[in-house]
Amino acid sequence: MSLTRREFLVISGAVGTGLALSSLGIDLGPAKAYADEIKVKDLKSAKQSTTICPYCAVGCGIICSTDTKAGKLINTEGDPDHPINEGSLCAKGSALFQVGPSNPNRLKKVLYRAPGSDKWQEKSWDWALKEIAKRTKKTRDADFMEKNSKGQVVNRVESIAHIGSAALDNEECWPIQAMMRALGLVWIEHQARI
Amino acid sequence: MTNHWIDLKNSDCILIMGSNAAANHPISMKWVTRAKEKGGKVISVDPRFTQTSAVADFYTALRSGTDIAFLGGMINYILENEKFFKDYVTNYTNATFLVTDKYKFDDGLFAGYDPEKRAYDKSLWAFQKDEKGIPKRDPEMKDPLCVMQILKKHYSRYTPEKVSEITGTPVEDLKKVYEMYSATGQKDKVGTIMYAMGWTQHTVGVQNIRTMSIIQLLLGNVGMAGGGVNALRGESNVQGSTDQAILFHIWPGYLKMPLASQATLEEYLKQSTPTSADPLSANWWQNYPKYAVSMLKAFFGDKATAENGFGYNWLPKLDVGQNCSWLNLFDAMYDGKIKGFFAWGQNPACSGANSNKVRHALAKLDWLVNVNLFENETGSFWKGPGMDPKKIKTEVFMLPCAASFEKEGSITNSGRWAQWRYKAVNPPGDAKPDGDILYELMVKIKDLYKKEGGKNPEAILNLKWDYDTKGHFDPHKVAKELNGYFLKDVEVAGQKFKKGELVPSFAFLQADGSTSSGNWLHCSSYTEKGNMMARRKSDQSGIGLNPEWAWCWPVNRRILYNRASVDLEGKPWDADRAVIKWVDGKWVGDVPDGPWPPMSDKEKTKYPFIMRPDGVAQIFGSGLNDGPLPEHYEPLECPVPKNLMSSQFINPTIKVFKGEMDKHFTCDPRFPIVGTTYRVTEHWQTGLMTRWQPWLVEAEPQLFVEMSKELAKMRGIENGEKVKVSSARGDVEAVAIVTTRFRPFKLGQLTVHQVGLPWCFGWIQPKDGGDSANLLTPTVGDPNTMIPESKAFMVNVEKIKGGA
Repeated sequence: MSLTRREFLVISGAVGTGLALSSLGIDLGPAKAYADEIKVKDLKSAKQSTTICPYCAVGCGIICSTDTKAGKLINTEGDPDHPINEGSLCAKGSALFQVGPSNPNRLKKVLYRAPGSDKWQEKSWDWALKEIAKRTKKTRDADFMEKNSKGQVVNRVESIAHIGSAALDNEECWPIQAMMRALGLVWIEHQARI
Repeated sequence: MTNHWIDLKNSDCILIMGSNAAANHPISMKWVTRAKEKGGKVISVDPRFTQTSAVADFYTALRSGTDIAFLGGMINYILENEKFFKDYVTNYTNATFLVTDKYKFDDGLFAGYDPEKRAYDKSLWAFQKDEKGIPKRDPEMKDPLCVMQILKKHYSRYTPEKVSEITGTPVEDLKKVYEMYSATGQKDKVGTIMYAMGWTQHTVGVQNIRTMSIIQLLLGNVGMAGGGVNALRGESNVQGSTDQAILFHIWPGYLKMPLASQATLEEYLKQSTPTSADPLSANWWQNYPKYAVSMLKAFFGDKATAENGFGYNWLPKLDVGQNCSWLNLFDAMYDGKIKGFFAWGQNPACSGANSNKVRHALAKLDWLVNVNLFENETGSFWKGPGMDPKKIKTEVFMLPCAASFEKEGSITNSGRWAQWRYKAVNPPGDAKPDGDILYELMVKIKDLYKKEGGKNPEAILNLKWDYDTKGHFDPHKVAKELNGYFLKDVEVAGQKFKKGELVPSFAFLQADGSTSSGNWLHCSSYTEKGNMMARRKSDQSGIGLNPEWAWCWPVNRRILYNRASVDLEGKPWDADRAVIKWVDGKWVGDVPDGPWPPMSDKEKTKYPFIMRPDGVAQIFGSGLNDGPLPEHYEPLECPVPKNLMSSQFINPTIKVFKGEMDKHFTCDPRFPIVGTTYRVTEHWQTGLMTRWQPWLVEAEPQLFVEMSKELAKMRGIENGEKVKVSSARGDVEAVAIVTTRFRPFKLGQLTVHQVGLPWCFGWIQPKDGGDSANLLTPTVGDPNTMIPESKAFMVNVEKIKGGA
């Protein structure tokens, strides 16, 4: 069986389908080189999925290879079928792998810094989101402006601000602005303004 | 971008100005190179000789902040030498329109200026109208009040000699650029512009772009393959996040933010919907109510009814003139007026102009929520340089999020292509997708209001919030909401639709509450045919439109204003690069800007610029705050004692901040050197993501400042030495890079030096890598957008003793 990468991606729907790495005869190129380092004999199955580079807005295609058994990202490389970059990537796009879970510098825990403290404390999601919700409500309810000085209905709060983010997906951007507007925020900004 | 990345290959002449595309949008150069291979020319204009300049056919320099003078001179050249594309200009722009005799321009000021408010009465810039209310025209363009004559008069002042004395660009270089670029005024020649923050980050940012837009219209380059006006956006989804309106002044899809004076939905819609008396104007924004009501239905679902104005009054309104943009936000925060702050996927402690002020503002907060991939200067501001944690009361919640390939969703590139990305791997540790974080947080806030009540609870409790599947945030559900649904069985334009079906395109949206659409511009992105953004059929043939690769707004139209790419009969101006053409009674090619026949069909046609109430492109534009035509003003901080164009030294409509941390100095001997900021290929924005990656840090390890050999000699600085760069607002230590890439500017008798620094560093990582160049930049913005003037300010450079 001989498939081009494009056909492969169409067949697999480019999503989540676990397939044996070697069975399709795909040239993994750099993936393989990297896999060599991580003992390729232990690599039982992998999937490829497509993504778009998270840096500038050219929108280059990148292929991620993941060892599905170990749940590990094993390689990222330019997508040769992508019409804009045709497989090429710049220095940042080429290094995308280092953003992934294997980067020891990634934040992995919810952290809290108390007033006057000089250190972080690890916290649970449930605790943090509850505390943030409480503070949001307290500040909002204390400062909520139903009407302005002219007596016009404005339903806004000016003591809470939100910025970000152009790094989010569209499907996250829309609900985040909906949520902030429902809270009555008017200080709503992001990277487009800088 | 009006066009898209691949389309650059179709150009005969690419002007790269206000951008260093080769370094900051490297893959764009693939398509610039393709244009060159076919004989296209590349011009690079930049204060510094950049990687882009290295591959250009012609390079010249200008002093930062003088782009309007440079381009104003080009308008003058085009008009004097009749290089403009007359058929295009006459039929598709307002060059023929007559303005009223109230319009004036005198010594740098347009009619209607109020020095106290630092604002204009724009009603004095109106067009003459006939008895039906249609703008009057002079097709011969001879009337002294017609736009063409006003344009000629205005830019006749921008002579090459005057421009040269302002910009520092040699006269012969100016003439060379003008000649090369204006050659695209031929109907079968096309030129394009690639610009970025080098144009926007000025107190005349919008007018920089307007000047080029006027040039593009005069040369007939808008709507054409290989043409247009192309902003190279710097973040992977800054286009999409703007479309979805994470901005104070708009609702999703560029709908207007309601004002306090608009008490009811009816008033809001009436004042927001433009009208046109001209039957030949499509005036597409007449559909405004359909988009606004469909958006409110997406916000509030079944709770939004005709009786309650679809929830209009639950949402916040601004007072008239209230400006909640970035610089004002941090000014209010510095003044202690803001208590709680969400900094979501952003690092303002390094990205904000005058970062020192931003950092001190953060210390005034009660609570701060920072969502990010890595520790950064914003979340950890309390332990930064000059901070005493014991004295800082701010509570900080640092929430770890997922990277782009650890979740699923779409992003929109600079060419307006929304492309779907898939999840490759789980995020590490407890990190979660931003979607889950914001979704769960709002669920908790809703719970609190349900239990305890509170202010304006309807807005919170009625917000439609059903975007999860099995307890997890589901991007497909939001993508469908953005596209929109039919909310009842309906028949529209002879087609029947069932309740619950996805709307096929925004032409079917309704103002009666029978449809929803979170963002009308996304309508047709996710339909009953599937997720259009996930399409992967590439097609590089012809002009490379790639219509079935992903999806682009609006309605998959790949080149905006494409009905201006054809003549009055619907024939392409350039048959070899046809975008659309009229064949056998219909348009073929790209999705046209509306279905109407070409202009020769005077009964059924519509003008091509359908988003404008007049139907034509605006050479004379009455909408901006600082004038209907661009005019050169000096940056807030500049090296020259006067503006050679007029006695208005700086843009008369900018807001001048006067706080203790907003100092600025012009012609001050302590800060005699022009400073500018830029980026490098290996780091991204503040470096928040890239400074934690060993491969990239190895390539670009620390802050540097580039300067000319002449300046280095004057200051006794050797290449590679540590120097201090300071402005009125702060200072940074940087390694000196002494090259010929910067050269002193000769402005008449005056010699002016310029230096530049990248703004991708910060104190947290790498250690001893230097801090943000934004510690130097001023708190001042463009009067239309409030984007800060980070590209032109004044600094000093000194050798650090013992700093080898």
